[in-house]
Amino acid sequence: MMDALTFTANDFHVLKPAILLCLFGCGILLLDAFFVRRIGKGWYNAVTALMGETAVAVVLWQHWTDVSSGGEFSGLGGSVVVDGFGVFFNGIFVLSAALAIILSARYMEAEGEHRGEYYSLLLFAQAGMSLLATGADLVVLFVALETMAISFYVLVGFLRSSKRSNEAAMKYLILGAFSSGLLAYGLSVLYGIGGSTKLDAIGEAVAARPPGDWATILALITVSVGLFFKIAAVPFHMWAPDVYEGAPTPVTAYVSVASKAASFALMIRLFLSAFGSAADTWMPLLAGIALVTMTIGNLAAVTQSNLKRLLAYSSVAHSGYILLGLVAANEAGLQGVAVYILAYVFMTFGAFALIAALRRDGEAAEEMDDLNGLVERAPGYTILMAIFMLSLAGIPPLAGFYGKYFIFLAILQQGYYVLAVFAALYVAVAAYYYFRVIRACWIARSADKPATLDTGLGARVVLVGSGVLTVVIGLMPQRFLDVAGESVLAALR
Amino acid sequence: MSEHILSIIWLTPLAGMLAVMCLPKDNKGLIRWVANGFAVLGLLVTVPMIQSFDRSNGDFQLVERADWIPAIGAQYHLGIDGFGFLMILLTVVVGWLSILCSWSSIQERVKEYYAFFLFLQAGMLGVFMVVDVFLFYVFWEIMLVPMYFIIGIWGGKRRLYAAIKFFLYTLAGSVLMLLAMLVVYFQHYEQFGFYSFALEDLLRVAAYMDPGTQMLLFWGFFIAFAVKVPMFPFHTWLPDAHTEAPTAGSVILAGILLKMGLYGLVRFAMPLFPKGATDDWTVQLIAALSIIGIIYGALVSLMQKDWKRLVAYSSVSHLGFCTLGLIALNPNGIAGGMLQGINHGLSTPLLFLAVGVVYDQRHTRKIADYGGLANRMPVYTVLFAISLFASMGMPGLNGFIGEFTILRGAFEVSAWWAGFAVLGIVLGAAYLLWLFQRVMLGPITHPENERVKDVNLREFVVMAPLIAGCIWIGLYPKPCFEILEPPTVKLVERLDPDYFSRVGAPQPPVGDVRAELLEQEGAEASE
Repeated sequence: MMDALTFTANDFHVLKPAILLCLFGCGILLLDAFFVRRIGKGWYNAVTALMGETAVAVVLWQHWTDVSSGGEFSGLGGSVVVDGFGVFFNGIFVLSAALAIILSARYMEAEGEHRGEYYSLLLFAQAGMSLLATGADLVVLFVALETMAISFYVLVGFLRSSKRSNEAAMKYLILGAFSSGLLAYGLSVLYGIGGSTKLDAIGEAVAARPPGDWATILALITVSVGLFFKIAAVPFHMWAPDVYEGAPTPVTAYVSVASKAASFALMIRLFLSAFGSAADTWMPLLAGIALVTMTIGNLAAVTQSNLKRLLAYSSVAHSGYILLGLVAANEAGLQGVAVYILAYVFMTFGAFALIAALRRDGEAAEEMDDLNGLVERAPGYTILMAIFMLSLAGIPPLAGFYGKYFIFLAILQQGYYVLAVFAALYVAVAAYYYFRVIRACWIARSADKPATLDTGLGARVVLVGSGVLTVVIGLMPQRFLDVAGESVLAALR
Repeated sequence: MSEHILSIIWLTPLAGMLAVMCLPKDNKGLIRWVANGFAVLGLLVTVPMIQSFDRSNGDFQLVERADWIPAIGAQYHLGIDGFGFLMILLTVVVGWLSILCSWSSIQERVKEYYAFFLFLQAGMLGVFMVVDVFLFYVFWEIMLVPMYFIIGIWGGKRRLYAAIKFFLYTLAGSVLMLLAMLVVYFQHYEQFGFYSFALEDLLRVAAYMDPGTQMLLFWGFFIAFAVKVPMFPFHTWLPDAHTEAPTAGSVILAGILLKMGLYGLVRFAMPLFPKGATDDWTVQLIAALSIIGIIYGALVSLMQKDWKRLVAYSSVSHLGFCTLGLIALNPNGIAGGMLQGINHGLSTPLLFLAVGVVYDQRHTRKIADYGGLANRMPVYTVLFAISLFASMGMPGLNGFIGEFTILRGAFEVSAWWAGFAVLGIVLGAAYLLWLFQRVMLGPITHPENERVKDVNLREFVVMAPLIAGCIWIGLYPKPCFEILEPPTVKLVERLDPDYFSRVGAPQPPVGDVRAELLEQEGAEASE
C-alpha cells in the first residue's frame, strides 16, 4: 500500500485534467463571490471556465502525444490509466463542456439565473467524467460517476423558479440514486469475485470462474441495470424526457452528450475488461436491450410536440444504436461507438443551440409549433437546423451517417442480421420525426406572433461551428475516422 | 478538361445552386435567368462527354478516380458506360426543361425552389456516373432531400403527406440496400484482405458466394430499386408524389427518378449477384410482379378521375414493361427495358407538361372539368396527341420500339409473359385514348374553358425537344441500341456466361456490333 501514499510527478501528470477542472471550478466560485458578482458581469465566469477548458485541452494534447509515442501509461498504482480511449473520451467532454459554456452565458442570463456556481458545476461534472473515462479501479470509477451525477442533479434543477426544472431534478436525483445504488451493489459483488478493486484483476478472476456462474451473472445484471439508467436505455429511460425538458437547454445538451458518452466509456471498460470473458452472457442481454431501446425511443419520439422531449426520445434511440456497437464488441463496433459519439456532439449541440435561442416574449419557446415558418425569419439557421436533423437521421454524407455505418457493419460482421434489419428500418422511422422538425421550419406557416431567434455571439458560434463540422466530418471523414479508430482500439487491447 | 468531364457535369448544377443562393431573394427575374442559364450550361458541358464517349466499348469510360476515405476504402470513382451515358443525357435534357417550365408556374419562394432544383439535378447526375458503391449510396440518399422539399413546399393540397411518404418509402428501401452493400463489402474483405467499395472489386466477390446468400443480397438491393421504379406492390408512394408535386417535380420524378431504379438494377443488383438475379424463383416472382404492375397500373389508370393521377398510374404500367424486359435477362429484354426507360423519360414528362399547361390556367386536375379543349387550343392538341401516341406505343414513335423489343425479349423466355404484356398495351391505348376524348374532343361544356389560351412560346419550346426525341427514337433507334449494346452484352455474359454460345450471337436490333466482334474473334482464332 506504499504507492497509495506517495504522490509522484507521474501521478500528477495523469491526474492533470481532473485537477485542473477542480481548480478552475473552485476558482470560479471564489472569483464570482469576490469580484464578478459585484460588477455584475456574469459572462466573466464563462470566460474563466473556457480558459479552464483550454488548459485541459492542452494537457490532453500532451497526453495524446505521450500515448501515441510511448503507449498507455498509468498513475496512482494503476488506478488511473491514460490510453487512447481515455484521451478520446476526454476530448469529447472538453468539446461538449466548451459548447455548453458558450451556450449558457446568454441563456442563463435570459432565464435570470446566471451564477458562478453553474460554471463550477459544469467543470466538476467534467472532472468526474474525465476520471470515468480513464479510471481502472472500481473505487475511482464509482466516485467519479457520483461526482458527475451529483453535479448534474444540481445543474438540472438550476432554474430555481421553474417548476419543471425542479421536478426534473427531483426525478433525476431519485432515479439516479437508485441506479447508483444498484451499480454500487454490482461493483461490490465484483470486488467479492476478484478480491481486488482493479479491473484487470477482476477480469482474470471472472475468467477463472465457470461459465454461467451465478455470482458473475448477479454482478453483471446489477451493473448493467445501473448503467442502463445512466445511458437512458429502455426500460430505464423514464427520467430522460422529463429531465431533458426541465433542465436548462445547455444542460440538456450537456447531459445528452457528455454524460451519455461518459457512461458509455464506463460501460465499455467494464464489459470489455471486467466482464470480457462473460461476453456470451452479456451479448444477448445487450442486444435485446438495444433492440427495445431503439424501438421505444423511435416510436415514442414520433408523437412528441415538445422539441426537447422529442430530442430526448431520439437520444434514447441513439443510445440503442450505440449499444449495438458494444454488442458487436469488435473493431468496427467500437470505432462506430467513437464516431457516433463524436458526430453526436456536434449535431446535438447544434440542435439544442437553436432551441436555446428560440424565444417568444422573452420566454423560452420549446414547442414544435414555435419553429413554424422559421425559414422566413432566419434562413441561414434554418438550413443549419435541417443539416442537424438530417445528420441525426443518418442521411449521408453528414457526420451522423458514419456512426450508423460502422455500427451496421459491426453487427453484420458478427452475424446479427435480424438485428441489423431492425436497426436499419428504424432509421426510416426516425427520419419521420426529424422531418417533422424540418417541416415545421420550412413548410409550416408562421403564427401571428412567431417566436424569434435570439442569437448572441455564443449561439452563433455554436450553431455555425457545429453545422460546419457536421458537414466537414461528413464530406472528409478520413481524419476523424483515424482518430476515433486509433483511440478506441486501446479498449480492445 | 476532358479527363474531369464527369465531375464537371455534376458540379455544374451544384455551382448553379450556390450562385442562386447568393442572389437577392426579391429579384425573381434574375434568379430565373441564372438558374436557367446554369441548366443550359449543364446541357452544354455534356458535349465533350458525347464526343469522347466510345460507343463500341462496354467498359467504364471517362473514369475519374481519387481516394476519398481510405479508412473504409471508399473512393471518388466515376465512370460511365452506355447505360450511364444515355441516362445522363436524359437527365440534363429533362432537368433543363423542367427548370424552364417552372418559369411562370412558380411564384413563391423562387430562390429556394431553383436552389433545390439544381441541387436535385446534381444528385441525380451523380447517381448515374458513380461506380463506387459507397458514393452511389451517398448520391442516392442525398437526392431525396431536395425532392422532399420540392413536393412539400410547392406541391398540391396533400403535399405534406405525399412528400414524407415518398421520402420514407425510398429511405426504408435504401437502408436495406445499405445492409446488403455492407455484407458484400465485408465478404470482399474476407476473401481479398482489403476493404474496397469499388464496383469492380465487389464484382469479384460473387464467385465466392453461395446462391442462397446471393439471392438474399439481391433482394436487399432489389427492394430499394423496386421502390424507386416503382414495382407493384411498392408503388403506392408514386401516385401521391406524382400527383401532388408541382409540374416540374412530376416531370423529374417520372422522367428521371424512376429510371434510377432501372439503372440501379442493371448497374448494381444484377451484376453483383448474378446467381441471385438468375435464380428461377426470383425471376418468376419479379416477372409476375411486373405483369401485375402492367395490368394493374393500366386498369387503375382507366378508373382515374384526376388527370395527373391517371398519368401517374400509367407510369406504374409502363415501368412494369421495363422491369419485365430486364428480368427476361436476355439482350433484347435488357436493352429494350433500358430504352423503354428512356422513352418513358421522354413521353411521360410530356404528358405531365401538358397537364401543367392547362392546370396553370384552370387550377384543376379533374378530367371532368375539361372537354373540348381542341376547339380552343389547336397546337396544344397536336402536341398532346403526339405525347399520347408516344406513350401508348404507336408505331413510328419511340414507345413502340421499346415495347416491341421488350416483347421480343420476353417472348424468348415465355409466351405467357409476352401475352400478358400485350394485354397491357391494349389497356394502355384504352385509357390514353379515352383521356384524349374526354379532355380534348366534343363541345366545350364548361364556360371557363372558353377562355383558355393555347401554348405560348416557352411552353412550346419546353415540349418540342421531347417530341423531337420521341420521333427520332421512333424512326431511327439504331444509335440508341448501338450505345446500349456493349453494356447489355457484358451484363448478359455476366449473368449467364454460356448465353451467346447457346443462343448464338445476338440478333438485331441488338446485335450488329456483337456479331462483328464474334467474327473478329473467329478470324483471330483461325489465324
